[in-house]
Order: sequence, then C-alpha cells, then structure tokens
Amino acid sequence: MARKRTGPQRMALLATAAAGMALLAQGASAEVRKVQEKGLKPYEIVDDISIPKPLTDKPGDAKRGAELVVVRKKGNCLACHKIQQLDEFPFHGEIGPELTDVANNMSEGEMRLRLVNPKVVNPDTIMPAYYRVAGLHRVLKKFQGKPILSAQEIEDIIAFLKTLKATQ
Amino acid sequence: MGGLAGKGMLAVFGAGALALAATGWMAAGTPEAQAKSKYEVDGKKSGYLYSTPETQAMQDDDFMNQGMLWVERGQKLWSQVEGAAGKSCQSCHGDVEKMRGAYTTYPKYDPKTKKLINIEQRINRCRTEQMKAKAWKWESDELLSMTTLIGYVSRDLPMNVKIDGPAKPFFEKGKAFYYQRRGQLDMACKHCHIDNPGKFIRADLLSEGRAGGAFPLYRLKWQKLGSMHRRFRGCNRQVRSEPYKAGSDEYVNVELYIKWRSNGLPVEVPAVRR
Ligand code: HEC
Ligand code: HEC
Repeated sequence: MARKRTGPQRMALLATAAAGMALLAQGASAEVRKVQEKGLKPYEIVDDISIPKPLTDKPGDAKRGAELVVVRKKGNCLACHKIQQLDEFPFHGEIGPELTDVANNMSEGEMRLRLVNPKVVNPDTIMPAYYRVAGLHRVLKKFQGKPILSAQEIEDIIAFLKTLKATQ
Repeated sequence: MGGLAGKGMLAVFGAGALALAATGWMAAGTPEAQAKSKYEVDGKKSGYLYSTPETQAMQDDDFMNQGMLWVERGQKLWSQVEGAAGKSCQSCHGDVEKMRGAYTTYPKYDPKTKKLINIEQRINRCRTEQMKAKAWKWESDELLSMTTLIGYVSRDLPMNVKIDGPAKPFFEKGKAFYYQRRGQLDMACKHCHIDNPGKFIRADLLSEGRAGGAFPLYRLKWQKLGSMHRRFRGCNRQVRSEPYKAGSDEYVNVELYIKWRSNGLPVEVPAVRR
C-alpha cells in the first residue's frame, strides 16, 4: 500500500533509500503541521503520515473501541474492512484492506491519522475522515459541524486496533 | 393485460438476437447463463447481475414480479380521460405500444425549457399542456405507474441516450455530480459504483450503478416500486448528505449520466432489486 508523502519528505526518503540507510533522521527533518478545526480538539500531523500524540488525555478503552468498530451508526469499519477477531459479527466488507494484523504493520500514529483524516494519506480514498468537519459538501443538517466520532471514540478505536496482531 | 403479455414474449426474443450480436452470448453455456448474458453488453453489467438468484427469479417471472402491478395500473391510466381538454394519453398516441423506444432516449434536451427533460417530466408535460390536467406528484402511484408502463413497452431495447449537442453541458454537470464528494461521510457516487463494484460493503454487493434501463423498479426494501430519483435520495442520505428534490435539475442531470453509462444495456422495467 502506497502511503503518500509530500515534496521534501519524499525527497528525503529517496535520498535515505539511495544511501542504504535504515533510519530517517526524524527530529531534524520532521515536518509538523498543526490542525485546529472549529469545535474540535487540535492535533499535530507529522510528516503527513502520522498523528503520534493522542487526541485526549484519557487512555482509549479497547473494549469500547471494538463496539464502535462494529456499530453501523458509529465507526461501521466492518462495512469496508474484515477483522477476524470480530468474526462473531456478520457481514465484513471487502472495500479496504483486512485489519486483522494491522498493529503489526502500522504505528499507532499512522492509524490515528487514518481515522482522523485519511485524505492526507490518499486524497482519492473512499474511507471517511472520522474527525473532521471542514471542507465537506451538503452535510445533512443534523450532522453539520459534528465529526463522525468524538476524540475519545477515536482513541477507543485506536486502543482496539493496537490489539490486532494476528501474527507476531 | 393479454395484449401486453404477448408482446412481452416477442420482446424477449428480440433481445436474444440483440445480445447475440453484441456480446459473447454463444459461449455462455447453460440456459441460465444465456438468459443472464443479455444484461452484460460490451463489458457493462446491469445491477441484475449483482443480484441474488432469488431476486433475479422474481424479476424474470412476470407473475412473481411485483412491479407488474404498476404496469397494469399504467395501462388503465393510459386510456383514462382526464383534464379540461377531455383527452387521455390514448387520444393523442393510440396504443401504448407505439411508445416502444421512447424510454431509451430520455432524459433529452428540451428546447422549450432549455434544459433536460426526463420521462416523468415528459409525461407531466403532456398532462398539463395537452390534457389540461394537473401534473402528477413525484413518486405518486399514478406517475410511477405511467413511467413504468412507458419503460415496460421498451423492454429489452438497448438504452440509447444522447449526450452531444445541447445535452452536453447537462451531461457534464451530471458527471461532475457523480464525482463530487458529499455528506458527512464525504463520498462520491463514483467511490462506490465506479471504484468498487463487485465488492461487498457490509451486507450489500456493490453494482456498477448502471441502472439506466431498470427504473422505476420494485425494491424489496421499500416493499414498493420507486423512481430512480428516490434511489438517489437514498444514496445521498446514506452518506449523510442533504438530498435534492426528486425531479430537480441536479438529479435529472445525473440521471442522464447514469443512463449514458448504461447505453447498450437493455431496458428491464420493472426491474426487481434488494
Ligand atoms: C467506506 C469504506 C471504509 C470505511 C467505512 C473504513 N475504511 Fe479504513 N480503509 C478503506 C480503504 C479503501 C483503505 C485503503 C487505503 C486507501 O484507500 O487509502 C482503508 C485503510 C485503512 C487503514 C490502513 C490499513 C493499511 O494496511 O494500510 C486502517 C488502519 C483503516 N482503514 C481503519 C479503519 C477504521 C478503524 C475504520 C472505522 C472507524 C475504517 N477504516 C473505516 C476504506 C474504509
Ligand atoms: C457508500 C456507498 C454508496 C455511495 C457513496 C453511493 N451508493 Fe448508490 N448504491 C449503494 C448500494 C450498496 C446500492 C445497492 C447495490 C447496488 O446496486 O450497487 C446502491 C444502488 C444504487 C443504484 C441502483 C442500482 C441498481 O441497479 O439497482 C443507483 C442508481 C445508485 N446507487 C446511484 C447512486 C448515486 C447517484 C450516488 C451518488 C449520489 C450513489 N449511488 C452513491 C451504495 C452507494
């Protein structure tokens, strides 16, 4: 899966790869972008691939997160993703990649950006931005100005996603 | 409805020949596969092919197809005199079979209003201008019945809308609508129906959205026949977007885009879908 990186970042990556170095000098070249949407908690996107810091101080609740992933009026992640750990619930969709092993493949920060605003990673994605209110078109009145999930709900889902390690 | 039943048979034969010419129909083995293949033309597949065998069977058999009730109602209305001019549809048009083909060309450019006009609007134009009767309300039983009848008499003819000349700008608007992200879920029609057909989204198998020849259709979920614009409203709400009015310019434009994507596919009114 290609993760989009913008201008200087991509250059840096290419240079690193060319030099055969394993590490990207994080601190020095990290590009931090602050986002603050009306009525939402502020957060920081690092290198356009990650939101390393949680949106809230209260740690996420993985059990609650699992529920939110299933419930149609909340995350409804199962609409598009298969998650074998949630096999007791029927009808897992096939639109996005399987998440059964996601914690082995992505950092927490990468997962958080995916949920908050996946368009940063892939502008053409079908996946909704779960914590965003700006730039949307003709939102139903009762949902206007509201994100799909609250900051705490995002953290609950992240806590659940972190448990998804089918293989070690 | 004796007359129409006979005609239905004929139409089915006609479509066989058509499918034979247009697709690899011969290769398609079993009688079942042959029957289905008329719904695939030049690689375009009707939503029929994304339906379950049970739903397909309901559509295939006129006695099981609930939509046929609206065809029958439409037939009654065809010859019913209404309005100050003392006319019925039949007074001007004769047998409804003469309408065969009309369905396949709408929406089309209307010089009078300088925008597109679709079948429902064309029907209502005849009512208000020729019959001096009141326009039927959108999604009323009457308008659904008449639209379904007009579709039914074109059964198995290939969809054939035009998008050049004066229709072009409206087609472009319809296409832009299809690609416009909308709603709290921020999805465009194309994300589901162009990027992901053939995949399950939760319990629903996504089709190519090539429903140009299918509406009005009987939807099991609605327990009723419904118009294409009703479906648009549903797909808009699904992504938590404010729908437009049925019959709005926006929806007629996107209707042309969808019917163009369906050009060549056979009319299957009244289709049956989940
Ligand atoms: C309507 C479809 C849809 C929904 C709903 C959806 N996703 Fe996704 N998701 C995708 C697609 C498609 C991708 C693949 C990448 C892309 O499109 O950029 C993806 C990618 C991901 C990834 C990255 C996986 C990888 O291996 O790179 C994660 C993590 C993820 N989704 C989590 C979730 C969670 C958690 C939810 C619910 C809160 C959710 N998704 C809801 C469609 C969806
Ligand atoms: C989140 C996914 C999704 C989006 C976005 C979406 N649809 Fe759909 N649509 C569906 C599903 C599911 C069905 C039922 C299965 C099928 O036929 O694809 C459907 C069915 C349809 C049908 C009937 C197809 C048939 O053959 O019966 C039409 C027409 C349609 N959609 C048009 C649209 C339009 C126009 C838009 C944008 C305004 C849109 N859809 C956006 C999911 C979606």
